[in-house]
Amino acid sequence: MATTYFTDDHEWIRVEGGVATVGITDYAQEQLGDLVFVELPEKGRKLAKGDVAVVVESVKAASDVYAPVDGEIIDANEALSSDPALVNSAATGDGWLWKMKLADEGQLTGLLDEAGYKALIG
Amino acid sequence: MTGATTRTLPLDDLHRAAGARFGAFAGWSMPLTYPAGVMAEHQHTREHVGLFDISHMKLIEVSGPDAAALLSKACPLDAAALGERQSKYTFLLNEQAGIIDDLIITRLGAERFMVVANAGNAALDEAHLRELAAGFNCTINPLDRVFLAIQGPDAWAALARAGIETGELVFMHGFEPRKDWFVSRSGYTGEDGFEIGLPEADARKLLETLLADERVMWIGLAARDSLRLEAGLCLHGQDITDEINPVNAGLMWAITKGVRADGQFVGAEALRAALERGSSEKRVGLKPQGRQPVRAGAQLFDEAGNAVGRVTSGGFGPSVGSPVAMGYVSAPLANAETKLFADVRGTKVPVDIHPMPFTQHRYRKG
Repeated sequence: MATTYFTDDHEWIRVEGGVATVGITDYAQEQLGDLVFVELPEKGRKLAKGDVAVVVESVKAASDVYAPVDGEIIDANEALSSDPALVNSAATGDGWLWKMKLADEGQLTGLLDEAGYKALIG
Repeated sequence: MTGATTRTLPLDDLHRAAGARFGAFAGWSMPLTYPAGVMAEHQHTREHVGLFDISHMKLIEVSGPDAAALLSKACPLDAAALGERQSKYTFLLNEQAGIIDDLIITRLGAERFMVVANAGNAALDEAHLRELAAGFNCTINPLDRVFLAIQGPDAWAALARAGIETGELVFMHGFEPRKDWFVSRSGYTGEDGFEIGLPEADARKLLETLLADERVMWIGLAARDSLRLEAGLCLHGQDITDEINPVNAGLMWAITKGVRADGQFVGAEALRAALERGSSEKRVGLKPQGRQPVRAGAQLFDEAGNAVGRVTSGGFGPSVGSPVAMGYVSAPLANAETKLFADVRGTKVPVDIHPMPFTQHRYRKG
């Protein structure tokens, strides 16, 4: 049973069996506008919470996406290399960014649930 | 540009109603994108008609017996040689021949000219003109106008349907069809189009008709930037500044031979010296290989790793279908054979020097 968390940096984190799939929210992709490039992380890279994991580039600007928790990258969404607009069309589905093995599941308790995130974006 | 209060466009309510997303630019709160998004807005302008609110830019009327003389001193321009209705792309230069601003000047009558200045420089331009005007018999009158750009292959037809007859007006010409209106066939997208300065009440009426035309769509500043970059046009403050002269900027085409030889404009001596020396660096088009955009501020390196230039504008070109950029490289390297690399967050992205414009200009030259 997967549980989905959110951050106030507008990321979603779907956790199942100690592995988190991370993407940006629909609200975030709307704010960014049409994406033209996603700089994906290398597998095996170890990230601490707050590290830049991915850079998403719109027509106009580059924006950092941060690791919401500590962990190790085990997969990146290679489909975004040829079709970065997937993040716009399916931010919470096929437009996921990376998967990471959690270093400390306890960190998840500091994140928002869906109701908390909805309240944040109004 | 920062710290001061942000100004609001006269038609702000219309942009809000159209669902615009706003951002600060040159001291103004500007519509960046509308719900269609930058890609669709950009393509729509190339295919149909894009409507831009450029009221942040300033129309300045210069009139009087010495109007031509003043403009020929302020700019490397023979204003007296301009025919009525004729427009000219030119600059205000400082004593070092650095570009204070780039302008379009249109002759409206024997003793009247219209100057179009960039938003971020308008106050500076006006003060500079007033300072130079001491001893000249002329009036400098900044106008309070809504300023709209209507750009794209159907721009003429959409205006005609809205009852705005532009007759035989061709590219880089302008006139005053009604009281307090200024219409020029020009723009900054590489497409055919018009710029119209008019009173706010008239603008609201015109927009009702224009926006009822399904070919016409509001376009934000984000697409304005990608359109002008594909068209190879400079943005003042990025691609040209008061520390860059027209020789290095590759903009000498805007200065006629006669003016180069004996024009008595501010910066003439420095410009002639720069021409004599030749350019130390040149503005070039840049095409990054692959899909990763290379942005303004990125440094450029040669194969040996020597710093040889910088990117001044960069982003994604929706019509080109790849990243596009422009910047400066040291003059000996400014040719198509040079292999360059842009530093993007520590990654060396290969970049080719590419002819500009990236997309063909489609001006209506008559």
